[in-house]
Amino acid sequence: MASKVVQAFYNDDDILLLAVKKVKEAKYHIEEVYTPFPVHGLDKAMGLAPTRIAIAAFIYGLIGLSVAIVMMNFIMIQDWPQDIGGKPSFSYLENMPAFVPIMFELTVFFAAHLMVITFYMRSKLWPFKKAENPDVRSTDDHFVMEILAGDHESDIIELLSETGAVEIKSEEK
Amino acid sequence: MASHYEAPIRKPLVLGDKGYHDVTEDIAAPVEGKANKHWWIVFSIALTAFLWGLGSIIYTISTGIGTWGLNKTVGWAWDITNFVWWVGIGHAGTLISAVLLLFRQKWRMAVNRSAEAMTIFSVVQAGLFPIIHMGRPWLAYWVVPIPNQFGSLWVNFNSPLLWDVFAISTYLSVSLVFWWTGLLPDFAMIRDRAVKPFQKKIYSLVSFGWTGRAKDWQRFEEVSLVLAGLATPLVLSVHTIVSFDFATSVIPGWHTTIFPPYFVAGAIFSGFAMVNTLLIIMRKVSNLEAYITIQHIELMNIVIMITGSIVGCAYITELFVAWYSGVEYEQYAFLNRATGPYAWAYWSMMTCNVFSPQFMWFKKLRTSIMFSFFISIVVNIGMWFERFVIIVTSLHRDYLPSSWTMFSPTFVDIGIFVGTIGFFFVLFLLYARTFPVIAQAEVKTILKSSGEKYKKLREAGKPLYEMPKAAAKIVQSTKKDQ
Repeated sequence: MASKVVQAFYNDDDILLLAVKKVKEAKYHIEEVYTPFPVHGLDKAMGLAPTRIAIAAFIYGLIGLSVAIVMMNFIMIQDWPQDIGGKPSFSYLENMPAFVPIMFELTVFFAAHLMVITFYMRSKLWPFKKAENPDVRSTDDHFVMEILAGDHESDIIELLSETGAVEIKSEEK
Repeated sequence: MASHYEAPIRKPLVLGDKGYHDVTEDIAAPVEGKANKHWWIVFSIALTAFLWGLGSIIYTISTGIGTWGLNKTVGWAWDITNFVWWVGIGHAGTLISAVLLLFRQKWRMAVNRSAEAMTIFSVVQAGLFPIIHMGRPWLAYWVVPIPNQFGSLWVNFNSPLLWDVFAISTYLSVSLVFWWTGLLPDFAMIRDRAVKPFQKKIYSLVSFGWTGRAKDWQRFEEVSLVLAGLATPLVLSVHTIVSFDFATSVIPGWHTTIFPPYFVAGAIFSGFAMVNTLLIIMRKVSNLEAYITIQHIELMNIVIMITGSIVGCAYITELFVAWYSGVEYEQYAFLNRATGPYAWAYWSMMTCNVFSPQFMWFKKLRTSIMFSFFISIVVNIGMWFERFVIIVTSLHRDYLPSSWTMFSPTFVDIGIFVGTIGFFFVLFLLYARTFPVIAQAEVKTILKSSGEKYKKLREAGKPLYEMPKAAAKIVQSTKKDQ
């Protein structure tokens, strides 16, 4: 029976933020908050850990750069060195200036695409994925806070009704 | 909230008495409504132009490049002119979505979606030209470094044309994911409002099941920021590399170190002009005047004025350096541009690109819708001439006077160019009817700081929100269908 949740609906982001802080103070566990747009300060108020996706993007960029270097070194220097315009392909370093544009492009290509793919996978976004927001109004102008009820359902409802919620719903999940 | 504060001197970016729900209604309206007669008329014209272009492309591919006006002296003409023109137009979209995001310019929220759409649609047009110029487009995959049966013959990584392949494909694909990621919450908004099952299905599919959890938004914002950080140098690199197509060759008039910044400024210049052309019409047709305000148009006009002046500076620098270099051929190339048989093209370029944007110094003119629209068209014409002047006038008088010639386009050249304009508008018109054309989720984040309603509340010293007076409705439900 641990899967009972209470959902509180708000119609303003500032009221939501105040409510989140109140619920946090009362030491209830906020399961999830659904909002129609990014509410600044919400992740901190909820105590969410910062995302590490930028670090991932940096690593992906380094991978892209390495792929570019390894690929062009193999193709232009190792496998089939040519003398183009009187500029023979003796070593990667000597020919490097001509390779800079593609080293840059592949860095960006890998960083951008792999980061977005990581984001889609981590946030479970892909074609044919069913949306899981509890109410259609949560992409319009309503903000939904979902709290794990446990054995305190009535206490939570009482607390929430003082936070400026427009609707409170308790539901089996 | 302190984060909502904005200096009262700043004009509101969202006009009227708009709350969150009003934003939803206004952005969803063009998608949920029906197209009017004007839309169908413009769409039919665009489609006809596109089909004409398609016919010209089929004729080119089945008969050969000989159907174009190219000759042995002028081996590059309209195809590359159009390619550079379209790529350049695309640049404004990334500039608005990425550079203005990094600079925290809130006015970008109203225009970024359409500007990015324009980027993608115009890069698609640009990409067509090198492919059909190959003559055998079914072998286009030869530009990709894949192991092959031709005696280990690889692509040449020293060639700027190959750099272009990587730059344009990275640019197109990164712009596309940037655009689509931003679209997810807005598609989700339309999905959750949809009443017709077919619409619901389509928007569920394209919104990738966007749910709007706090963690998703946290990642969403980080991803947008990092993508903006990546796209900013990317957009500068793309037109830099396009300019290398010319600058690394040893043709007088092309072999110029000023090309990369000059091309990038020109690209932003023409791109903003195209954004103005499109949005001045769209704000009217889709009733979005409260979001895309005169202030937005004015700001874009200022960008046009500045980049136009940078371009003018580059033209003059080019002339000076040609004279200062002491190289006879270089000097002749520029003298010939300004006074030779293509002087009409050169002076059209100068008038459209350097002279006409200077009108934007006057506030009255840059806040006039009709005048802005007129200048945006003039600038687009001027920027097409810039590329034509660079490409054709540098080639048409060779080192050998016996091979001096002129270029005249055939109906196929014209057909393909007009066709890409048609294709571009077909895509943009379809977009305007089916996509949320304003990033509504982002607009909602600036509503309290920059919306007229909230600015007035703040000025009156009233709070920006009111606690609901009625007690919360309590709903008990035990069913769970998931």
